[in-house]
Amino acid sequence: MLEAIGVPSIDALFEPVPAAVRLQRELDLPPALSEPDLTAHLGALAGQNADPSTHAVFLGAGAYRHFAPSFIDQLLLRSEFYTAYTPYQPEIAQGTLQAIFEFQTLVSELMGTDLANASMYDGSTAMTEAAMMACRLTKRDRVVVARSVHPQYREVLDTYAKNLGLSIVEVGYLPDGTLDVCALADAAKGAAGVVFQYPNFFGVIEDPRKAVEVARAAGALSVAVVAEPVAMGLLAPPGSLGVDIVAAELQAFGVPVGYGGPYCGVIAASEKCMRQMPGRFVGMATDTEGRTGFVLTLATREQHIRREKATSNICTNSGLMALAATMFMAAYGKEGLPELARLNFDKAHYAEAAIRKAGAKAGVTLRFAAPFFNEFVIGGLGDAAAVQKRLLGSGIIAGLPLGRYYPELRDSLLVCVTELNRAEEIDRLADGLAG
Amino acid sequence: MYPQTYKYTNDHEWIDLATGRMGVTDYAQKQLGDIVFLELPEVGKTVKKGEQIGSVESVKAVSEIFAPVSGTIAEVNAGLAEKPESINHDAHGSWMVAITPADPAEAQDLLDAAQYAELTK
Amino acid sequence: MTIPDHRDQLIFDLSTPGRKGYSLPAHDVPPAPLEGTVPDGLLRSGLAGFPEMTEVGLVRHYTRLSTWNYGVDTGMYPLGSCTMKYNPKVNEAAARMRGFAEVHPLAPDETAQGALAIMHALAGMLGEITGLPTVSLQPAAGAHGELTGMMMIRKRLITRDGHPRRLVLIPDSAHGTNPSSAHLCGYQVREIKSCARGNLSVSALAEAMTPDVAALMLTNPNTLGMFEDEICDVARIVHEQGGLVYCDGANMNALIGKARPGDFGMDIMHLNLHKTFSTPHGGGGPGSGPVVATREFEPFLPTPVVVATRDGLRLDYDRPLSIGRVKAFHGNFGMILRAYAYIRSLGPKGIRESAENAVLNANYVRARLRDAYEVPYDRVNMHEVIFSDHKQNEYGVTTLDIAKRLIDLGFHPPTIYFPLIVHGALMVEPTESEGLDELDRFVEAMLQIAEEARTNPDLLKKAPVTTRRSRFDEATAARKPILKWTRPVG
Repeated sequence: MLEAIGVPSIDALFEPVPAAVRLQRELDLPPALSEPDLTAHLGALAGQNADPSTHAVFLGAGAYRHFAPSFIDQLLLRSEFYTAYTPYQPEIAQGTLQAIFEFQTLVSELMGTDLANASMYDGSTAMTEAAMMACRLTKRDRVVVARSVHPQYREVLDTYAKNLGLSIVEVGYLPDGTLDVCALADAAKGAAGVVFQYPNFFGVIEDPRKAVEVARAAGALSVAVVAEPVAMGLLAPPGSLGVDIVAAELQAFGVPVGYGGPYCGVIAASEKCMRQMPGRFVGMATDTEGRTGFVLTLATREQHIRREKATSNICTNSGLMALAATMFMAAYGKEGLPELARLNFDKAHYAEAAIRKAGAKAGVTLRFAAPFFNEFVIGGLGDAAAVQKRLLGSGIIAGLPLGRYYPELRDSLLVCVTELNRAEEIDRLADGLAG
Repeated sequence: MYPQTYKYTNDHEWIDLATGRMGVTDYAQKQLGDIVFLELPEVGKTVKKGEQIGSVESVKAVSEIFAPVSGTIAEVNAGLAEKPESINHDAHGSWMVAITPADPAEAQDLLDAAQYAELTK
Repeated sequence: MTIPDHRDQLIFDLSTPGRKGYSLPAHDVPPAPLEGTVPDGLLRSGLAGFPEMTEVGLVRHYTRLSTWNYGVDTGMYPLGSCTMKYNPKVNEAAARMRGFAEVHPLAPDETAQGALAIMHALAGMLGEITGLPTVSLQPAAGAHGELTGMMMIRKRLITRDGHPRRLVLIPDSAHGTNPSSAHLCGYQVREIKSCARGNLSVSALAEAMTPDVAALMLTNPNTLGMFEDEICDVARIVHEQGGLVYCDGANMNALIGKARPGDFGMDIMHLNLHKTFSTPHGGGGPGSGPVVATREFEPFLPTPVVVATRDGLRLDYDRPLSIGRVKAFHGNFGMILRAYAYIRSLGPKGIRESAENAVLNANYVRARLRDAYEVPYDRVNMHEVIFSDHKQNEYGVTTLDIAKRLIDLGFHPPTIYFPLIVHGALMVEPTESEGLDELDRFVEAMLQIAEEARTNPDLLKKAPVTTRRSRFDEATAARKPILKWTRPVG
């Protein structure tokens, strides 16, 4: 090969790299591990982590444990799906393209919107990009956000806003856990967007119609954040209630909690927002033989064409996770998603009642009176972080202590119960929380 | 090749000063390929010479449209926005907006057909 | 009347009422009342557009879809700038271990020591590989990493000087994410023209570099596949005026184990785990775009950061000068894990040999094809090489035609029409995963196409013909976008 190229050695190929900066030593990295040794090493590390085989887990807060039918992961392992690139050559990517078209359709249906894109990195960046969309569409630079939106999502929005010169105004929650609509109406005057979560971070079921009304009156766009999409099997979809933009996290749909990522964000919106939406779109097209197929389309919104005037800098998205979500939505389907939602609802309400009953004497209470889906806040725990630590010893991860994000809720835990929590472990949790 | 009665800009726009109507040239449409979308300004908008007033999109590219003269947008060709591919068939016959010029002296800086042909050689 | 082919149907067409493809755990709790709990008008009336399928139906449908795709496991995938190397299967097995896949990101730190160990170790390894020891694993993709890096630059300048400066300089050969990331960070972009030999023009840079410029964003090796050999001068010119150099690490596969960006004056860069570090592309994502930087950037890292304490590894949230968060939770752990496994399986020698073989393979392709195709920059390149369609234009054949014909010959096309500064660019990056036999097959195919361009251009214009679908009318698709399935009326 060197002969064909016409150089004496491989080193000659690195000649353009100035000698002064060429590495003169081997990298200081551990020596290579064989496959069996690597597997043993990684297995040992995996063994140091708590998972549902070692602990009963009651954590949600933006990452949800749900049952994904076994066929999903096996199909995700088909290498034509996972080793393929972005479908820029549509003739050899009809599998990916059709799956994403089905994804866009299912998400639009789920959220009650005209359209959906081909995915974003995750819910937090989807929400942030949705807020930016609202600013571009209204030509305003202030966004109002409910404090009951996921605190980490709000941190991401703050980070982006600081760099773009957008101002973010936070609006609090009422004693029952719902959005303070009056405060929202005051803050929304002259705003680009009004952002709330449905169900909210505390698991409380907000009424989107209130936020929609406030936004319309102010000439702003309403943005609903959906972090637990299983709730959409039970609740009316935000688009059908008048919400302009939906920013969602679809991790619950067949994507492992996997210590935080990769997940699957998406933006769904009304037709009028189409050209300002970030992310890729798959559209239907006809080939030279008149056959129907699919292509990436409306690419002129994106960075590789519009560069600094693009709707976003996003390039790589969450394609494989969107495929998982597509299969999950198709598998549960018309009857299964409502059934799954209902089971979550029942389990969570059973848990709340059990915790309240067991903990009554110890002053353990349900913090927010408003209706909830599969998450709720338990208060009256004193130092909630200490309670969570105590329960770890009994093999229970009891929920998320809220003090770090809401100092006024230092005595509270956010508890999530899904279909994967058995009644027996819920009973143990209730007893454990009672002290 | 390029209509004698029109004036032209370095950015490949044409303008018919008699009517104020303007569009993009045949050279521009060839560079862009199949045109799929037009973004046009609203009637009544005041524009400055050289200001971006809209854009033309093909599948793989976007081109900005700049005002050849300062003035007010008197008309917008909604029909063209519905069928942007007409520009590919007849660029010089597809007007996008009509501008009522504010300063007739600006016309002096525009290119005539021969000068524009020279530019696109 | 033509009978629709069932294989062309969408999942919605295949749906049949009453079919079921899911199975739920036992309903071991009493039903909770919906009335009086869920507010009026907020109960969903149904999911009309969702399908009803059996497991068999679902599996056949998505299996069939997969057969219409071409992946790295199908054949050579020489996409320039994408580094489509082989995705090791041991990484997939590891990612699926329960102790990784089922760990909740908000689980207490003491119950996630294995996960934190991997993050901490990968950060150290990426620091060693790049010579830039300050690391964030939070960004979810390359563009996300670029934005994060630019935000860190902005914050550092504000902390140092009281203001962020106004401009960012970017070469005209840059990937579109560079200017869009700079713009999202509140900067204005000034383009610098490349010089005739394809490199960044040092004189143009010197002219453009002022105290108003926050940073130069460049890719090295550049998007033409060449090492910026004047990089030390470039860095000096920027640093002298108090600016910083951002390096787009997309092409890092040429340098791993051979040279380190920290050693040639780069201040901050992102890496693409889904390029250089073998994590799979997934049909469009997910990726992971860690940021690595000099020690001066440490206070500005996104929150949280993995730190080693007396009590083990912890997520440190106490970071007053941090730019904040760029994503919920800690990063794409699944990709972090795969990259860690990849580096551990190669070791230092394997890493260096990857870069050497990647560069050798790309130069071999250039040497074999330089007579048949125009090579705009015909000298030693790094891990990728650019050709143009100039010679084939004579017969009315374009880069697009060449790419589509390659599909018929069993290869994924190279990157086409990027970078924009080469007319009709065809960028080939074989990666180190291809052996000599596969490279020769690719070269033979390209030579055949060059011949066909001369003798039978129609064959190229009609390509591809061996695939499920032929070329699409993308113009109509863009004019009247149909972005979802709707139930046929009547």
